[in-house]
Amino acid sequence: MLTFIVRRVLWTVVVMFAITVTVFVLFFKTPGIDPARQIAGRNPSPAILAEIRQQFGLNRPFPVQYGLMMQKIFITRDLVSYSNQGQKVIPEIFAATPATLSLVFGAAIIWVVVAIAMGVAAALLRGTLLDPLLMVLALIGISMPVFWLGEVVNLITQSRLHDSFLFSWVPPLGYTAFTQSPSLWFKGLVFPWITLSILYIGFYARVLRANLIEIQSEDYVRTARAKGLTERRVLVRHTLRTSMITFVSLFGLDFGALVGGGALLTEVVFGIHGVGFLVYQSLTNLDLPTIMATVIYGAFFIVVANTIVDIAYAGLDPRVRPA
Amino acid sequence: MAVAFVESAEPPSQEVQAAGVTGRSPWALAARRLWRNRLAMAALGLFLLIVVVSFAAPFYAHHVAHDNPFAANLDGTTIVNGKRVPLMQQGGGTLHLGETPLPPTWHFSHYFLGADELGRDVAARVLYGGRSSLEVGVGSAVICCLIATVVALIAGYFGGLVDAVLSRIMDLIWAFPVYLLAISISTVLLTSANGLSLGPLHLVASSLWLPTIIIAFIYLPYVYRPIRGHVLSVSEKEFVQAAIAQGSSDLRLIFSDVMPNVISQVVVLLPLMIATTILTESALSFLSIGVQPPNASWGTIINDGQDLLYTRPWVAIAPGIMIVLTVLALNVLGDGVRDALDPRAKLRVEG
Repeated sequence: MLTFIVRRVLWTVVVMFAITVTVFVLFFKTPGIDPARQIAGRNPSPAILAEIRQQFGLNRPFPVQYGLMMQKIFITRDLVSYSNQGQKVIPEIFAATPATLSLVFGAAIIWVVVAIAMGVAAALLRGTLLDPLLMVLALIGISMPVFWLGEVVNLITQSRLHDSFLFSWVPPLGYTAFTQSPSLWFKGLVFPWITLSILYIGFYARVLRANLIEIQSEDYVRTARAKGLTERRVLVRHTLRTSMITFVSLFGLDFGALVGGGALLTEVVFGIHGVGFLVYQSLTNLDLPTIMATVIYGAFFIVVANTIVDIAYAGLDPRVRPA
Repeated sequence: MAVAFVESAEPPSQEVQAAGVTGRSPWALAARRLWRNRLAMAALGLFLLIVVVSFAAPFYAHHVAHDNPFAANLDGTTIVNGKRVPLMQQGGGTLHLGETPLPPTWHFSHYFLGADELGRDVAARVLYGGRSSLEVGVGSAVICCLIATVVALIAGYFGGLVDAVLSRIMDLIWAFPVYLLAISISTVLLTSANGLSLGPLHLVASSLWLPTIIIAFIYLPYVYRPIRGHVLSVSEKEFVQAAIAQGSSDLRLIFSDVMPNVISQVVVLLPLMIATTILTESALSFLSIGVQPPNASWGTIINDGQDLLYTRPWVAIAPGIMIVLTVLALNVLGDGVRDALDPRAKLRVEG
């Protein structure tokens, strides 16, 4: 197990290095691109371009350029955004993280609870009308573009039915820090949570149902039934428990991807100033340093999350542990 | 069947074999299973209907609506209930200030879904947008599946160092957050004044090929990984060993022994990939880094409708409904294709 962990962590470091090189090459070395202009944002003056060339060592060899960039991102953390008048990029990313974490954590709780309930209900009710009904709902959930769903939710809760008793408590779009006002934090996040979780509810409920039904025909489940265990006990202690292996590893990947920037569309539609929103703003300002740094940090988060999932998976399930 | 058996006493010629066994080829069996799956056929019908309607966009704009959905038309008028009304109405919003475009008239020849903030026909734009969305979505899914399959065949068949290098490259693409990778590539390519130059191939920023290629690229590992797994398991099979023993060349082994046995897996993935790529295209276009003007897509129209959301919600709602219907149809069809081509998977699940 220890060698597995060491090898997995070493591999993670290699992937992280490869990610930084890839992003660097993409932003600085794509054919037909002037990196100084890329960094400078819209309509730069010649003086600024010259300053950027000097600062980033753009007339020096490739490894030096790469080193300077990584130094600015990871060590001195003083990469500045030119479109945003000298705003430091890295502290900005870290300041945006709590909003993203609030959004993703809440949505994750909803989707795990509802997806397990739906998946189990569909598997248990197989043969009745409720099973296909639940699965059609799940299918609709995974077929909706999340930004469009968010807009429809906004239309209802902020405009059309906002004055009705149902939605009059919904605050205007935006994010309030938990430390500022816990109640406003919660109220403002309820609909973003629901919107973000719907896709994952649909996806996880489908996966869980298929998995549960497949496992039900396994020998050990038959043994459990033959022992005379109640149907509920078979489900909770035997079937569901095995399904959780798939469920947990999927969850780790999706959670990592969402924190690493995947919640971008939900953040944009609901005006939640998280990491994804930062990328969106940088997009509209052509603020490439911010996009670059966010992509690197986002990918790092995902890679680390995947490593943790893999190690936890190997801990839970000895079958995947390589000898 | 009996006829086929009698004739096969001697090795039958290609045609006889084809004629005698038609009903039994796995593809024909799968097609028949799919044909009998009413839900999947309804989904296929819905998808084809959306395709036909979207590609009829120019016909609708020229011959039914008589307008140009790509030109601003702020001073235009149309007819509602026999009266001529301006496309941009004074007031009309919640605050009764400024100009608000015409709401839906629900008349096919007169701004069915109303006008957008530039006085353009929303219904015609949704149809044109569907054409771009479908072109980008289907195009990128097909390109992605083709490239990923070829790479997976090479990696899985040759194994060793080739497999290690190709798989690590795919792992690297996989490590990036999908949308952030797409955003990075799109911004870099869209900000470079000349678009993308790949040797003799040159793409301007407004070309539909740009989002198509970007989306195809980011999903490569999602097709590559499962297909490579199948290539590995097929390469172990006895008939491949037999072909090797017969001295078949690598190319022959890959394309006539291994490929036919993994192609069904690709076909299963294709509708689901199109569903995914259409959603991705709409998201990128919504962020204004996908389909570029003058082209419109469902995503860009939803983006246009954002500012009008509370006053003229149909501008944003209509293209969204089209996306949901298309993606839903493709997902249902994908499930049907999977059940048809791999009935054992269904058996495993349905007991």
